[in-house]
Amino acid sequence: MREMISMIVVLTVLTAFSGGLLAAIESGTKDRIENQVLKFQKAPAIQAIFPEATNDPLAERFTIKAEGIELQVFPTILSDGSKAVAFETKGTGFGGPVGLMMGINLDTDKIIEVRVTTHSETPGIGSRAKDNLEFVSQFSGLGMDTTFAIKSDNGDIDAMSGATVTSKGVSVAAAQAKEIYQKLKPEIVKQIK
Amino acid sequence: MAQSLAKEFTKGLWAEIPPFRLVLGLCPTLAVTKSVENGIGMGVATTFVLVFSNLLISLLRNVIPSKVRIACYVVIIATFVTIVELLMQAYTYELFLKLGIFIPLIVVNCIVLGRAEAFASKNGPVLSVADGLGMGIGFTLSLASLGAVRELLGNGTITIWGGTPIFEMGANFLPFQFMIEAPGAFVGLGLMLCMMNIVGKK
Repeated sequence: MREMISMIVVLTVLTAFSGGLLAAIESGTKDRIENQVLKFQKAPAIQAIFPEATNDPLAERFTIKAEGIELQVFPTILSDGSKAVAFETKGTGFGGPVGLMMGINLDTDKIIEVRVTTHSETPGIGSRAKDNLEFVSQFSGLGMDTTFAIKSDNGDIDAMSGATVTSKGVSVAAAQAKEIYQKLKPEIVKQIK
Repeated sequence: MAQSLAKEFTKGLWAEIPPFRLVLGLCPTLAVTKSVENGIGMGVATTFVLVFSNLLISLLRNVIPSKVRIACYVVIIATFVTIVELLMQAYTYELFLKLGIFIPLIVVNCIVLGRAEAFASKNGPVLSVADGLGMGIGFTLSLASLGAVRELLGNGTITIWGGTPIFEMGANFLPFQFMIEAPGAFVGLGLMLCMMNIVGKK
């Protein structure tokens, strides 16, 4: 009996201490990790979507919480003076979540460009969504009336040959972005003022 | 005391070097030696975990009941691995992305659990730290040397830190692609084991 108590006590104290230590370190490194993620995963996509941005979309990012959605938005002003925002959504690809950064022109409600941020897709096959711009270039200029699904699902998007699941994942992310944009556009416009 | 301290430290550097003599920790040795930089990064992370887990387990060796010792060791090791993972995410993000899933796999690296069970649970903290440090540095050196062979033959470069190579073969060099792939890792490891045995036998 005494042995059992000592086993339980030692394990409990050890795991409690370990949990506390990890929680402390996690909150201590949280900001730095967020910055690293921004710098390495989101910044390249944002820079590709807004190449001639006169402001710093990363520094001016803000978070919107409305309609049950929490979204991090990166605003910018395009070269013709119209306002635009970029934000990230996720779809499910072949090997895990696929992140998609979408840039939308607020005045015309049209997509400027999209870029894949993170993915775990097969190198050379699904990874083409990020490495080869051919697939994502078809999103440029599309409006919010597009059905974001691949053609074999009655949508408007051409899938990559041999990478159907990845293409579906990107399309789902785009469809989600459309839904979020339509719901949150009033909020976004308010915050940009 | 000093002599046994030196002995415990140096055995991990040659006589009992983990991948080649103890034949432990082969999975990361095969997987992350595509470049010297990845090998060194993984080695340093493992050394950190080895030193601190050896220290803590040695300090607690009279408190941990024998029947739950493996569970306790795993909790302690997993805690330090998570700390390493968070620190790498915060300070060396590119290396973190390159090493990927192999950082959490340090928890089940046989070297760490093996030294905990074979040494730290039976020896004092100072000796345990020396053992952990020696094993960790030996592991790092092994990863770096196999990484150098694979990277030089398979890519024509040697990168130590920061992504830019410190050495590059000339433009006429045709990379031996085989060495960068998984079979090349096996062959490279096997040849190094063979050489270690030949040298060791003298």
